[in-house]
Parts: sequence; C-alpha cells; structure tokens
Amino acid sequence: MGDPMKIRARLQGDVADVRVLMAHPMETGQRKDPSGKVIPAHFIKEIRAELNGKPVFDAQISQAISRNPVFAFRVKGAKAGDKLKITWEDNTGDKRSDEITVGG
Amino acid sequence: MDQTRRGVLKGAGTAGALVAAFATGALRPADVLAAWNKGAFDAKTTADALKAMNIASAADSADIVIRAPDIAENGAVVPIDITSKIPGTQSISLFVEKNPFPYVGTFNVAAGAEPFVHVRVKISESSNVRAVVAAGGKYFQTVKEVKVTIGGCGG
Amino acid sequence: MRYARVLCAAAGLAVGLAGQPATAQSDDRTAAEFDKFREVLEEANPAELWELKGEELWRQKRGPKNASLEQCDLGLGAGVLKGAYVQLPRYFADTGKVMDAEQRIVHCMITLQGFKYEDLANRPFSRGNYTPDPVSIVTYVAAQSREMKIAVPQSHPKERETYEIGRQIFFYRAGPWDFSCASCHGADGLRIRTQNLPNFTKPGAQAARSFIGWPGYRMTGGVMHSLQWRMNDCFRQQRFPEPGYASDTIAALLTYMAVNSNGQLYRGPGIKR
Repeated sequence: MGDPMKIRARLQGDVADVRVLMAHPMETGQRKDPSGKVIPAHFIKEIRAELNGKPVFDAQISQAISRNPVFAFRVKGAKAGDKLKITWEDNTGDKRSDEITVGG
Repeated sequence: MDQTRRGVLKGAGTAGALVAAFATGALRPADVLAAWNKGAFDAKTTADALKAMNIASAADSADIVIRAPDIAENGAVVPIDITSKIPGTQSISLFVEKNPFPYVGTFNVAAGAEPFVHVRVKISESSNVRAVVAAGGKYFQTVKEVKVTIGGCGG
Repeated sequence: MRYARVLCAAAGLAVGLAGQPATAQSDDRTAAEFDKFREVLEEANPAELWELKGEELWRQKRGPKNASLEQCDLGLGAGVLKGAYVQLPRYFADTGKVMDAEQRIVHCMITLQGFKYEDLANRPFSRGNYTPDPVSIVTYVAAQSREMKIAVPQSHPKERETYEIGRQIFFYRAGPWDFSCASCHGADGLRIRTQNLPNFTKPGAQAARSFIGWPGYRMTGGVMHSLQWRMNDCFRQQRFPEPGYASDTIAALLTYMAVNSNGQLYRGPGIKR
C-alpha cells in the first residue's frame, strides 16, 4: 500500500506541469543487508496518470530508477478543478493511488 | 553511495530473481502488466534491449534534447530531462548504456501529455545516456554522456 | 592543524575527474555543474515525503500520554511553527538552557507525550527504510520556515554563553588525528575530493552552508537526515568519541554555526550528496 505520494500540478495555460514524489525503496535485488542477507528486489514497474478518469500518461520502468522516485511530466488539456490521479504498481503486486485537484 | 553503486553494478541476476518469483508463485503473470517488456528490461546491452522492443534502427535526431549533468554529483540520483520536438511523439525510452541492465523505461505520452519527462536514475559508472523516441511508426534517438564522480563526505 | 588541513585539501587533489589531476578550472566547472543540478533536484525534493509524515506525527495523539505535539513551544509560543526553525537554537526558560530544534522536539515528545529519552536516543538516525520520528518532525518544522531569514537570537546571556561554548568546541583539537571542526571548515578553499568545504567561521553565506539545506534528503542511501546526524557524523569522521544524541554539546555547536549564518535566507529542507 505504501506511504502517500506527494503530487503537485501547476497550470500553465491548459498544460498541467505535474511533479510526483513517491516513497519506494526501488531495491535492485542485489544489495545485502548488514548481516549479509540479500535484500529482495522491490521496485515500481508501472506508473499511470489519469485526468478525470482518462489515461494521459504511463510508464514502464526498471529498478534503475532512483530510490524514492521523482517524476515530472506535462498533461495537456487540463483546467483548474480537474482530478489528477496517479497510480504505481510494483513487482510484488503492491499498488498505490493518490488523487489531487489541479490548481487546488 | 557505495551500497547503491554496488547494487547497480551487481544488478545481474534480477532477471533470475523474477523468474524465480514466477516459479514460486510469488508473482502471478497477471500481476505484471503486458506492457512491461521483460525481454527488454532483462537485456544486458542497449542493442539487445532495442531488439526485444522490435526497434530495428533509430535515426539520430537533433530534435530530442537530453538535459543531464555532464558530471553527476551522485550516481544514485542523476536527474534527467528528455524533451522531444519531433511531431507526433508517442513515447520516450531511456537507456543508460553502462548499467548492467541498460533499459530504464518507456514513458508514453501519446494519450495526453507533452513529449517531455523528468526522471532520476541510478548510473553505475560514467556512461552514455540514450533517449529513443517513437513517432509516426519511426524511431529517433540522441545520446549524452554523463560522468559519475566519487563523492566526499555527507554534505 | 597543518596535518589535518593537508588531509582535507589533498584528498581533493588526489581524485580529479576522469583520472586527470584536478585543476582550479575543472574544479570550478564541476562545482558549477553540481550547483546547477542541485537546483534541479531541489525542484522536487523527496524531503517533502518526510514533511508529510512529520506533519502527521505533529498532529497525532501519541505516546504514553496520548497527546499531540500541538502544544509544543519551539520558542515562539505553544504550537507556533512559522519562523520557529530559523530562530533556533534559542534559550528556553522552562529548561534554563539553549536548545536546538530537534533537541526541543525531543523535549516536547518527552514532556508532552511521555516518550523516554533512552528510547529516542537508541536509534536516532535514519537507515534504509527506517526514519526516527524526530527526524520527520524536524523536517516538517523546518519546512514552516521556508524562504525566511535565519535570525538566531543572541539577546539572552545564556545564548551568548552557548555561542562561546560552541565556538570553543568548533576549534577544539583532539583525537588520534588531532582534528577539529575547524580543520576542514575553518579556512577558505578546502576540499574533500570534488566537494568544496565551506568556511563556517566566516559569518554570512559561507557559514550559512552549515544551516541551509538541513534537514536534508541524502542521495546516498536515500534517507532523510537532520543536523543531529550531521554533527554526529562529523565527530565520527574526526575519530572523536561521538556526542550524545540531542545533547547540549551539539546544541552549543549548532548555536555557534547558526548565529554565524544569521541574515541568510533559509530555503527549507534540502537535498544532500
């Protein structure tokens, strides 16, 4: 389920400048803990963004994305009051969605 | 940094881990989205990753701009902006060529986003960073070199 | 002193980029590149995730006394957060001493919520997926002073006395390497590898580099750290015995550096190498 994302969407005309922070370890599966035990791979694989329920952006990613990932992208045709929902899903099947109101 | 660097360097085997996860039932195939191209993510070279993505060739283009540090302060967190000015850009894929698994991901903008993405990636050693853009059924690319330094103390 | 200074400076020369000896010119370019992309990284700083967590911890009723921290006085009155961080460390009449931000938060967690110092001091620094609560809380508190000027008071005699104690600690040379804080941060132009070391004895922008950017999200390890960790780690790197968590020693050292930072703009929690 994970910790809440931090999403910001700033309108510039009808484009929403979206910035999202995610709390996730993005473990490569190759690091060892202090006792020498391998820390299992644990990383986000898929990100989806929806504006008022309509998909606008998605990504498939690897464990090469930095820990506590940060993404920015620009959604077209947005206006104040629109609902922007972002979802991530990781390799363990864990998922999280958070939603904000654009310009709110 | 050292731990992360080592983690990336020794990244080989994640593919095996995934296979193992499937075998043990920890991961059901349905959990993995069809769009997540396992063959490409498991490839050890950019060429093999492109092959797995059915990208036979990509034309060099000055209309793709990679903004990344010439010298990154910390290879664990390298900020990269990719902007495409190619009309009809559908997706932007990113590769860090010297990483054990070069394919970092694909960002699909066709549904309603501008052809731009900002990401932060792990870079295991000084490397070329390659962006491949899909537009109108064709592929375009550009490359930028990023050096990674050895750090000082905790800042 | 001379020996220690050689260690700080020489380390920088030894590395260079791409195996070349570092030159003043390539150093400047590297530093400029680091600064440019530091700004890009700060545009979206994972520290904000801890800000969220800290706010929750501040408001929640917690601890043996089932109380929130909303009555915690950080120097500007109970529950007043705006601008509190840039005016700490400061004198508190209820404890009769000068306290830094995290030390005061720990004090509130003990007095208001009933937590025990021993438990809080047991594992006080972030590691892996673990972040101690005071670190998240101090990140939240610090964020309420974003874009405000550092204005650490020196009006109370105890505040001036604490500054002087902090100054003495800063210059105190000891340990197997005969080091002091000043060995690396007491002169201009020192470096460790590619990192320039700010001179904290120089009031203004140089000294403020001890204050600005903390608490900071550290790219190495991807964890949130406060100044308590930074001070502890400096002592560890000097091969000194490590000072106690949220101790008066650290409060004094932070007072010396924070007062030297006065007048500079604090931009909120930062991002560190």
